[in-house]
Amino acid sequence: MHLPADLSYTATHEWIRREAQDAAVGLSAHAQEELRDIVFVELPKPGRAVKQGEAVAVIESVKAAFDIYAPVSGTISRVNEAVVKTPQIINQDCYGAGWLFAVAPSTPAEFSKLLSADAYAKQIEASTH
Amino acid sequence: MADPLIFERSVPGRRGYLLPPSDVPASNPSEVLPAEAVRPSAPPLPEVAEFDVVRHYTRLSQLNFSVDTHFYPLGSCTMKYNPKLNERIAALPGFAWLHPFQPESQVQGVLELLYELEQLLCAITGMAAFTLQPAAGAQGELTGLKIIAAYQRKKRRTRSTILIPDSAHGTNPASAALSGFTVVQLKSGPDGLIDLAELKAKLTKDVAALMLTNPNTLGLFERDIKTIAALLHERDALVYMDGANMNALLGIAQPGQMGVDLLQLNLHKTFSTPHGGGGPGAGPVGVTKALEEFLPVPRVRKAGKRFTWDERGRSSVGRVHGFYGNVGVLVRAYTYIRTLGRDGLRRASEVAIINANYLKAKVQETFPVPFDHRCMHEFVASLKSLKASGVTAMDVAKRLLDYGFYAPTVYFPLIVDEALMIEPTETESKETLDRFAQALASIAQEAKTTPEVVRRAPQRMVVDRLDEVKAAREPNLRWVPAREAVHA
Amino acid sequence: MDYAPNTTAQLQEMLQAIGAGSFDELLQQVPRELQRRDLDVPDGLAEAQVISLCEALAGRNRPLTEVVSFLGAGAYAHLIPTVVDAVAARGEWLTPYTPYQAEASQGTLQAIYEFQTMVCELLQMDVANASLYDGASGVGEAAVLSLRATERGRILVSEAVHPHARQTLATYLRGSQATVQEIPAVNGVTDLDALGKALGDDVACLILQQPNVFGCLEPMAQAGQLVHRTGGLFIASVYPVSLGVLTPPGAYGADIAVAEGRCLGSPPAYGGPGLGLFTTTTALLRRIPGRLAGCTVDQAGRRGFTLTLQTREQHIRRERATSNICTNEGWLALRATIFLTLLGPQGLRELAALNLDKARYAKARLCEVPWIQPLFDQPCFNEFTLRYDPAVKVEAVNRKLAAAGIAGGLALGDWYPTLPQGSLWCTTERLSREAIDRTVETLRRIA
Repeated sequence: MHLPADLSYTATHEWIRREAQDAAVGLSAHAQEELRDIVFVELPKPGRAVKQGEAVAVIESVKAAFDIYAPVSGTISRVNEAVVKTPQIINQDCYGAGWLFAVAPSTPAEFSKLLSADAYAKQIEASTH
Repeated sequence: MADPLIFERSVPGRRGYLLPPSDVPASNPSEVLPAEAVRPSAPPLPEVAEFDVVRHYTRLSQLNFSVDTHFYPLGSCTMKYNPKLNERIAALPGFAWLHPFQPESQVQGVLELLYELEQLLCAITGMAAFTLQPAAGAQGELTGLKIIAAYQRKKRRTRSTILIPDSAHGTNPASAALSGFTVVQLKSGPDGLIDLAELKAKLTKDVAALMLTNPNTLGLFERDIKTIAALLHERDALVYMDGANMNALLGIAQPGQMGVDLLQLNLHKTFSTPHGGGGPGAGPVGVTKALEEFLPVPRVRKAGKRFTWDERGRSSVGRVHGFYGNVGVLVRAYTYIRTLGRDGLRRASEVAIINANYLKAKVQETFPVPFDHRCMHEFVASLKSLKASGVTAMDVAKRLLDYGFYAPTVYFPLIVDEALMIEPTETESKETLDRFAQALASIAQEAKTTPEVVRRAPQRMVVDRLDEVKAAREPNLRWVPAREAVHA
Repeated sequence: MDYAPNTTAQLQEMLQAIGAGSFDELLQQVPRELQRRDLDVPDGLAEAQVISLCEALAGRNRPLTEVVSFLGAGAYAHLIPTVVDAVAARGEWLTPYTPYQAEASQGTLQAIYEFQTMVCELLQMDVANASLYDGASGVGEAAVLSLRATERGRILVSEAVHPHARQTLATYLRGSQATVQEIPAVNGVTDLDALGKALGDDVACLILQQPNVFGCLEPMAQAGQLVHRTGGLFIASVYPVSLGVLTPPGAYGADIAVAEGRCLGSPPAYGGPGLGLFTTTTALLRRIPGRLAGCTVDQAGRRGFTLTLQTREQHIRRERATSNICTNEGWLALRATIFLTLLGPQGLRELAALNLDKARYAKARLCEVPWIQPLFDQPCFNEFTLRYDPAVKVEAVNRKLAAAGIAGGLALGDWYPTLPQGSLWCTTERLSREAIDRTVETLRRIA
């Protein structure tokens, strides 16, 4: 199970990576494997204000629709149009080219509530029993 | 080799139907209508001969499974025999060729039928009044939710929550959301039924109603229904029953006596009207006396010997259908109820229940049934034991097609892992049930010894598993002539 | 008579296999006090008795096969080729379930794909779904779609849209934050000045009907341009048979086009079941309610069909679905498909032209009656509105016509109180010249 150590994770299977001006968000490998072939992605509009834990995007496979929740509060700074055109990218490279959107964070303290790669891995193990 | 599309059979100049010649002066549309209103060229429909049409659509029909040809053990769908007598009656010109705005003096027969049908549905369910307008179960649910909202408005309250068990059919929360309510899910108890403690915990001041199915989607009767109803009524909240599973209750028990305030029936389930490959259906909604004022209008009234449409209804939720509802379907259901009568209706539910329990006993020799009480008219088996061989419930469903059975409902209700929801109905013979149970046993054996055969199923149909990912990523929802073809 | 094959002996065997002494043991989960055996419905009947009973009921109606009818107003009685009934009656078309198991439903799925294609061709739109309940609910669903797509809250609808569609729309929207504003009609068509004044950047959509409820042709292209200028969607409610001759909605910029499609191959049936046609542009594809059949390939590369984009629907999205619709009007969609292939482009054009010509003839002849005049000076298709002199009551005329076996034009006074002398007349190809002439003679004798 691939979980890059330099990312933070949420209980709802998002990853977040702090970058220069904002933080990129995507779907973890675990969730991507559960969903299997992704066929459609609905991303939020840039400029939208979001709260931590709010459903802001949707990823669809043939048989299921999966909400993506904002890991931190802030404003949507940019979105990845490439995955809207070619959703398979998320299946192929969920931590790199398959990023979904970025948030300009408003509340730095929220980052401490996120899970480390280890903590997230433990959570996945616990829930599949 | 798959059949061509009708467009691929088109030959310029072919005609399938000749209209009678005009007996009035002919005009050129371009000369009598404004230029911008006239279509420059005829719609690009296929050009085929009558016989092309007959052969094409007859051959296509032969690619379908249907109740007339195959056993459909679909849970909560009640795929019973669709009597041909119903078709004969619905096609009578005296019913089929009526215009909805003909003067009442010209349509007394159909008005009488609609009136009597309402009375019969009241007698069967114990409810006080029915609307026959909703065109399907989901539209019935929507109507019911509109009535719940109207009731709140009358009481000058703004309750916005509907409680729905996690085992409910998807139309329940969809209808609730469409009606502007917030859905709060009730986690089912360990016995598969509504958990009273969970209900009490979530029964806040903001709850307008509980939507439940009885028997529920596991085929279990909600024993505590009267207690549940009392809890809701204590707070002047309402109980909506999804009547999709009414086939277990005909002449057995009445929702009106259970404390149910509103319910919808699915005439294309319990009352034998055909599914038509996806409709038409009908979803009449029954209510208690207290809610009658909110029913959609118009309603049929009887005055002496005459029947008439009554448009009055200041508190009515309004209209949900362009005219009076799916009358063609209502005629079929009326015919069915009159054919079966008191004893026939009761017998239908009795045999449906015996058939289901019998099939459950046989299926349990192969797969566990998690909620293992006596079931009503349907039960849910779990196929999670096959996971070890890498075989899923979906694979088994597809393999059943090879054995000549339409697959039961899979992955529903969501609360059972690798669920297979099975409802035989009363119109299936013991021999069919035995063969089906035998097929499941064979497939379970295949899953152990040659799992790829199951995973690659179906192998005997005109197509094998279809690329649904491609269908979703590159939507191709209509044919276009080759030179224009582009990906969506 | 019931249809449960298992005999008492077999049922006994089965009870034994279940381990139950009697049927009552199977009811142990049903509380005693709820169990009841007495059903207050009449005894069952043998087939011959049911036929007698139902034929008697049918006999108390006077169908359009006996009565000369000039009724339209949203329900149109057209010719139905014999092949439609003959093929659609097959059990393989009438009795399958919704085609969720695609491999066992290739007939239904291919037919839906063909239906979707033909509806797109007829309306000249990009995408069509597998049908909604009827035209009226289509208007409601279109409005809901426009609210969600634009995230605006005001809907404009012409008063010349069928009242039943407007009432259904109101029911769909009650309880939501959306507001509906009616645009008045002047001289039988929507007032574009009033429309211009009503438009704003909070308007989600404009709904017009073509031809409208009075039978008049609306200035669709101009209205569409007006609403697009303010970023709203243009919704057209159209009459399928008219599209053999009239400009289709895709050509005048409709974003969503809906219709009552029962007139394509199914009888009026006292108003139901209907067949809701629902089409949009490609841009709105993901928001479409209802089922969609798509073309794809199987593992061996063979062409096949499957339901697709199902994640919009209730069985997956539940409370976040685009709609709650599950069962639609599959069998009527099949009938419409067969109908359209039998008629073909030429046939549909001729059918529409016949309707147009019958109406022109009827209108001219009816207006020869001294107390009848046209109400609006507008081009029409197969429906038109007449005005009777004040001394002549519309209902009284209809009663006298009914006595002569004729269903006269619909009195408009109930729907439109400012038109108490208005009467809506429709002629389809089923009406003969002789019947029209006879009606005119009857009217002359009335007043």
